[in-house]
Amino acid sequence: MRKLTIRLIAIGLLGLFAFWKLTAPKTLPEAAIADLLGDAVNGEQVFWAAGCASCHAAPEAEGDAKLILAGGQRFPSPFGTFIAPNISPDATQGIGGWSVHDLANAMVYGTSPEGQHYYPAFPYASYSRMKLRGTGLQDIADLHAYLQTLPASDVASRPHELGFPFNIRRGLGLWKRAFVDDYWVASEPLDDPSLQRGRYLVEALGHCAECHTPRNIAGGMLYDKWLKGAPDPSGKGRVPAIHALDWSATDIAYYLESGFTPDYDSAGGHMVNVVENMSKLPAQDRAAIAAYLKALSADD
Amino acid sequence: MQHFKILAAGFGLAALLGTVAASDNHADEAMMRAVKARQAQMQLYAFNLGTLGAMAKGEADYNADAASAAAGNLAKLSSLNAMAQWPAGSDTESLGREATGALPAIWAEGSDVGSKAKALSDAAAAMDAVAGQGIDALRGAIGPVGASCGGCHKVYRQSDS
Repeated sequence: MRKLTIRLIAIGLLGLFAFWKLTAPKTLPEAAIADLLGDAVNGEQVFWAAGCASCHAAPEAEGDAKLILAGGQRFPSPFGTFIAPNISPDATQGIGGWSVHDLANAMVYGTSPEGQHYYPAFPYASYSRMKLRGTGLQDIADLHAYLQTLPASDVASRPHELGFPFNIRRGLGLWKRAFVDDYWVASEPLDDPSLQRGRYLVEALGHCAECHTPRNIAGGMLYDKWLKGAPDPSGKGRVPAIHALDWSATDIAYYLESGFTPDYDSAGGHMVNVVENMSKLPAQDRAAIAAYLKALSADD
Repeated sequence: MQHFKILAAGFGLAALLGTVAASDNHADEAMMRAVKARQAQMQLYAFNLGTLGAMAKGEADYNADAASAAAGNLAKLSSLNAMAQWPAGSDTESLGREATGALPAIWAEGSDVGSKAKALSDAAAAMDAVAGQGIDALRGAIGPVGASCGGCHKVYRQSDS
């Protein structure tokens, strides 16, 4: 009897150890970014392409107020409500104290400077692909430089409203192992620089799939239904498919610039934020996104 | 006699329910007329934007007369008094998603739908002022028009296309 108890305790401890090991948050080696000097001008383009302000600006902020990344927007989901944190350069409430390394770990691995997992409402499942492109880490250094130029806000971040077991961050280590596929989804080699850029903008920076791809019951993206449309995470309405669009490449690029569909209806919902961001990118970036989406459509 | 009383009460009840239903129907029909009117206005926006957009996109050659006409229409459409087309209660939750995508937030406390509408009429007036002055002026003015459409649709239209 005593032997059995000892064995059970041993197995339990082993299990805990395995869980601890398997769920450990990952970080980039410090050396990976040692050489990178940030350029705030390019960083602004990264900022718009990555859509930071759409979620981190205060609720209902418009115009220049969208550059105050005070957080506070609420994102309801089947797991509870996530509340975007303050990522303004305030040293205590925001991320003013972060190094480039801290920002890279957050975006590429969803790991905080304290070594904790972020929830995937923060779209690191997409940003993680930034490390697949030669200039991806440079883009993070540039974004870091740009974020430092924005106005600081001393509004405190609010905790997410999640029930058990979703409030245990450590468990996200398993979620990441199971569901973060940090390679290109359109995996065939692309020799056209515009298509490559489009893939980077759609699959990594623009994180389009976070809303346009359906998820399984645990919130993992269904990669075989890439960009084929999904229920809105708020529970109301649907996010349309952007795979196999019958719009021309010009139509797609113009939609991203102006918000006008080919029928001259306009974008609605969260997509209005996306159009606001995309309209600030160079025309060739919108053309690259359109080229990538048309190439996807041509595949099947 | 007893039977008669029950029958009479039954008819009375039926008539009462019928009246309630009919007045509901009446109200719904009035609502639907208003919904159709505002949707017709939206179609007129889209039609005229189509003229300007095709030029901005490069799908049609720039034509100053056609651009001015379309921009003038947009400006006039956006300055209509459309209050009667938006009766309280003509929202997607009351009338159903098939009928309308208008969210109840339009009529809720703190709604800024008026300033959203003003953003459109300002942008349309600016477009009207420059649409005849060349393709670059038109391209510059169409951005704020699109942004004002989106500004309202972002918060006040159910987005499940």
